[in-house]
Amino acid sequence: MKMYDLPDKRGHFGPYGGTFVAETLISALDELCKQYEYYRGDAEFQTEFFRELKHYVGRPSPIYHARRWSDHLGGAQILLKREDLNHTGAHKINNTVGQALLARRMGKSRIIAETGAGQHGVASATVAARYGMECVVYMGSEDVKRQATNVYRMKLLGATVIPVDSGSRTLKDALNEAMRDWVTNVGNTYYIIGTVAGPHPYPMMVRDFQAVIGNEARQQMQEEYGRQPDALIACVGGGSNAIGLFYPYIGEENVRMIGVEAAGKGIDTQKHAATLVTGRPGVLHGNRTYLIQDENGQIIETHSISAGLDYPGVGPEHAWLKDCGRAEYVAITDGEALAAFHALCRFEGIMPALESSHALAYAAKLAPTLRKDQLLLVNLSGRGDKDMATVAQQSGISL
Amino acid sequence: MNRIESVFSRLKSQDKAALIPFITAGDPDSATTVALMHQLTRSGVDLIELGVPFSDPMADGPTIQRSSERALKHHISLKDVLAMVAQFRKMNQSTPVVLMGYANPIEAMGYKRFVEEASRSGVDGVLVVDYPPEESAEWVRHLKDQGIDPIFLLSPTTPESRVKHVAELAKGYVYYVSLKGVTGASHLDLQDVSSKLSQLRAHIRIPIGVGFGIRDEQTARSIAERADAVVIGSRIVEEIEHSQAADLLANVGALVESLRHAIDARSNHSSDIG
Repeated sequence: MKMYDLPDKRGHFGPYGGTFVAETLISALDELCKQYEYYRGDAEFQTEFFRELKHYVGRPSPIYHARRWSDHLGGAQILLKREDLNHTGAHKINNTVGQALLARRMGKSRIIAETGAGQHGVASATVAARYGMECVVYMGSEDVKRQATNVYRMKLLGATVIPVDSGSRTLKDALNEAMRDWVTNVGNTYYIIGTVAGPHPYPMMVRDFQAVIGNEARQQMQEEYGRQPDALIACVGGGSNAIGLFYPYIGEENVRMIGVEAAGKGIDTQKHAATLVTGRPGVLHGNRTYLIQDENGQIIETHSISAGLDYPGVGPEHAWLKDCGRAEYVAITDGEALAAFHALCRFEGIMPALESSHALAYAAKLAPTLRKDQLLLVNLSGRGDKDMATVAQQSGISL
Repeated sequence: MNRIESVFSRLKSQDKAALIPFITAGDPDSATTVALMHQLTRSGVDLIELGVPFSDPMADGPTIQRSSERALKHHISLKDVLAMVAQFRKMNQSTPVVLMGYANPIEAMGYKRFVEEASRSGVDGVLVVDYPPEESAEWVRHLKDQGIDPIFLLSPTTPESRVKHVAELAKGYVYYVSLKGVTGASHLDLQDVSSKLSQLRAHIRIPIGVGFGIRDEQTARSIAERADAVVIGSRIVEEIEHSQAADLLANVGALVESLRHAIDARSNHSSDIG
């Protein structure tokens, strides 16, 4: 494979990505591009970023061999990249630390964020507190209900959480509202997007900050196993934890890359969020990418048991990796994800986030079809404490 | 001369500014839209911006978002909007209609099919909020092939280099967004608008309309003293939202007539276009 150097200068991954926003946002994005281009090559910025990841986030996150679960499944060995052990409990903080450091250098005193599961909101509120910045988090009112604990966490961290009542009252509507805030308050405000979607430079910038996951994994695999895994498996909503793991491996063509989307109640129902598996290309939230839409180009409400995967778009780099065949994308139902959640609790004493449980569920399907000496590296992108109420409810228990 | 050029050339000879209302197609229902368009022309508008409803109108404030949601309750599609324009054209051959909306419904239909059907329906211009000039080369080529004007937005934060780029691509008129923020917001600085418009006129040779934040007769008149066209959206959409079905045409008609009266009463017009 020739050297992978996407996106191009304007943020295109093949036909995907780009800057599809109203004129009012262009100058803010141009400024962000210029500043990020400068700081991504600035040694002092990078040193501070990695120092924060080490001492504040707690990196590197280990790779853990889920030996009992692998034995039970009776095939390939399942290894877990433990992003759930990061400060705040998910991979999201890698990105918010990076963007908050950038915001500080750009002289912004206020950060805003959108959130679905609440993990990105918590990660944003956390860094705002850490760096002494004002923080406003937009969250669909439906998600506010589903993720009450995370809402309270954000408030404890000093953030203002604004419930969004428009549209489907979920992540996409929170994103619309955050964009509106940014357009209005761009002078003092930095918008921390939590995933590898949105207009350029966000998909590239968030990928770069999350690439620490894959870069660490390559080194750890070499040191501990003397080789790279046969396949990488990660869940994909917007796709930031998956890109973080995949990106450093794109050139290693003998490592399969598998993104796992949310099939919700089934991809043949209207209730899923499997964008790459079932969607068509279009333009939403500043980039061209695959979308879940009706025949008239209206965005359709999605469904997943995990709020973090409940999004009708997907990062443009995933769209490109799908089209060029470098990565595979599959979908896992709510039920399959729940089963994997319980399995990991019982076999390994690890409670995974429902998002990550989708990746685990696919690993559980794939492992038995492979040899025992083959290695699957699953990104355990977050921990499941936040999902306790949802899981209990599924079992008919009210907490 | 196409319909948009004709209108602006007539207004120039009359030393008047254009009054451009925005309504969302299918709000409150599809039967009302064509009647409302005829009412608007009777009440004195020069051009109609017809919003194509979209599920995620990111650049719009709550008023226009709600109008989109009302239209989408009736499943109004881009095809339906084009049918409304064709229906309007049966009775009206002179008032230009500019579609305004978001990229994805057009992406779903495909550029080629969209421009052919839009041209057949009598659409004169199209403004796609989330197609900035950088992403518009192929789009503009398709529009111009069918004689449809590509309308672009300019904002207070648009740098001069981009103004030049827009000047090369735009036809019909350009739409200057008079404030930072979304539609329906309210903090318009007339001094800013004046100085920005004179900067824009160094490069833009076609008429400049000003919109966002124009909510009353006095502001409309002040804008008319500075711009070639006054675009009024949220205020009209609010009138639609708050009217009973039986009074809707009369209420919107009265509002538009008062705005017409206000902008025709402008003084010191200093436009130097063309």
